[in-house]
Amino acid sequence: MPLTRWSSRSKALHGSPGAWTVTVAQREWLAAATEAAAAGGQLLSLWSTATSRGALGPTVWAALLIDGRLLVLELQLADSAQTYRGLQELFPAAARMQRAAADLTGIRSDAADVRPWLRHRAWPADVYPLEMLPPTPTGADVPVDAYAFVRVDGTGVHEIPVGPVHAGIIEPGHFRFSVVGEKVLRLEERLGYVHKGIERRFTELPAVEGHRLAARISGDSAVAFSWAYCQALEGLVEAPVPDRALRLRALFLEVERVQNHLGDLGALGNDAGFAFGLVQFSRLKEQLLRTLDACVGQRYLLDAIVPGGVAVDIADGAVGTLVACVQRTATAARALRAIYDDHAGVRDRFAGTGEVRPELARRLGLTGLAGRASGLGRDLRIDNPWPPYDALRPVLCTRTEGDVAARVAVRFDELEESCRLITGLLNALPAGALRTAVPAPAGPGFGVGLIEGWRGPVFIALQTGETGGVSRCHAHDPSWQNWPVLEHAVIGNIVPDFPLINKSFNLSYSGHDL
Amino acid sequence: MLKTLRTIAAVGIVSEPPPAADQGLRQRAALQSELLAVLGRALAIRHVDAGSCNGCELEIHALNNPIYNIEGLGIRFTASPRHADLLLVTGPVSRHMATALRRTYESTPDPKLVVAVGDCGCTGGIFGDSYATVGPVSAVIPVDVAVPGCPPHPERLLQAILTAVTSERTGIARRS
Repeated sequence: MPLTRWSSRSKALHGSPGAWTVTVAQREWLAAATEAAAAGGQLLSLWSTATSRGALGPTVWAALLIDGRLLVLELQLADSAQTYRGLQELFPAAARMQRAAADLTGIRSDAADVRPWLRHRAWPADVYPLEMLPPTPTGADVPVDAYAFVRVDGTGVHEIPVGPVHAGIIEPGHFRFSVVGEKVLRLEERLGYVHKGIERRFTELPAVEGHRLAARISGDSAVAFSWAYCQALEGLVEAPVPDRALRLRALFLEVERVQNHLGDLGALGNDAGFAFGLVQFSRLKEQLLRTLDACVGQRYLLDAIVPGGVAVDIADGAVGTLVACVQRTATAARALRAIYDDHAGVRDRFAGTGEVRPELARRLGLTGLAGRASGLGRDLRIDNPWPPYDALRPVLCTRTEGDVAARVAVRFDELEESCRLITGLLNALPAGALRTAVPAPAGPGFGVGLIEGWRGPVFIALQTGETGGVSRCHAHDPSWQNWPVLEHAVIGNIVPDFPLINKSFNLSYSGHDL
Repeated sequence: MLKTLRTIAAVGIVSEPPPAADQGLRQRAALQSELLAVLGRALAIRHVDAGSCNGCELEIHALNNPIYNIEGLGIRFTASPRHADLLLVTGPVSRHMATALRRTYESTPDPKLVVAVGDCGCTGGIFGDSYATVGPVSAVIPVDVAVPGCPPHPERLLQAILTAVTSERTGIARRS
């Protein structure tokens, strides 16, 4: 295990298996992160706890993934005016997380970029929503934000501003393209438009009800987030989860993966000018949604996972129906893959577009599905399997080209693999209870949840205070890592390929903006 | 190409008949007679995500699948509010999106319809009204039809859109 010199001081964390934490001093913080980076570790998430809400006072947390194992560094600060060493040189993805932490808690890194990230103008710069509640503005008059975009100078360079309202059924965000002719020189993203105060809202809900909010952090990853939340909570109060419930959770997670991959594969065909693909894949997706609705009473599994287990069951009689549907989906997807592969126009648009080479992907910390398409063979279901994945043994799906075609290929491979897992899970569902009672936390505690959602690792850090209420709940979507990489993926491509490249990543705005 | 054509022939037409309008979803009866007299059901929709968790967007996407086949009814999604007859808005409205939503509304030519989508679009939902959100869509722009659900079923969405478009015409017929 890397970082052995810290292990004598480490403590095991509740929740995600194999997770541990180390409290570090200011001078050790950067050294520990450097060692983690040298050992091939990646930054999973970085957040801070404000003075008034944590028992510890102002604290910065860095969650690192080293060979699939989670290490959480905890750095306590003397006061919230004290800065900490930014990790952006080691992990470029840290830059925006540090800016967001400053917006929400006022705790700042020493990084040079001090622009706000999640805060536009909805609340004043000297008010920190996780620390104190901003004065509620009267009415909906929010001044328009003046954000300092980086300007590109040179002959013939012009800017294309896009958003926040986009030209399709998409979430809002702003993209500033600097282009020469049709060629993109630079893309700068401005996110935060759908900031809903989710982390603050968690602290206003009882701990045993937070899973509903977690499922709505990013609706397309509802299973992953609600499972991560429940894993953290169940770890914190040491509540067992019945075997049948664990297997059903894995089933739901794989169904969510299949749903999203079907949607994306259709949309990618459409963005490449092949509407046939959208029609066929959206039909397959709708059939799956309807079968799921008939079998478990939900099309999307926003309310399937609850603390202690699951809220819905699959009747023995419905197992065959769902297996047949999944098998039909896999067969049809295989046939459509052959059509995509044979289509010269589609291949031309996919291949070599939006490339992220493995070296760049590793350097920038690309994660999840997009990472696997750029040669980073990481998947928590395999690297650090949590129950029941320790018994399922999923097959890793990777590509090394890092272009749109590779992200499409990984989706096709994962779709097939998830259908196999679903069939296996359904054919061997153990009998037993669906849930156990989970008591509300009675005092201070800390639990973590870590789940490989369809987009990548989804993370929840749940802290309770003296009375057992939620003092801080940090939620992390893999889009945090991958949004900055999208800026690199589009460099040198033509503007009309942006929607295709963007779709091939399909990142969450809501999961990022929180 | 042959494989593509064979698949198209084998799948055939899977579109289902649309649901009837539901007046229970109506929030206000504005004067949209010009719009409805001229356009009937041929409608251009601008979707605005004003803060949604993206769950509602999944079901709005489903309207375009061949089973609900919203385009087959003469309804299509447009890329600009200036081409739109109806705004389909998901919420809760985040404070950071309130201005963009209002500007989108102002850019949509009169007469215009607004359908608020989902529990959050209708009431603010689980996110409520906070330092970061202003709550329901109706807190920022006038809403004609509101369709609850988390997320609402595509059939319910279609029903809401058809309610916005058809009821006023029925009203005119009744008046004359």
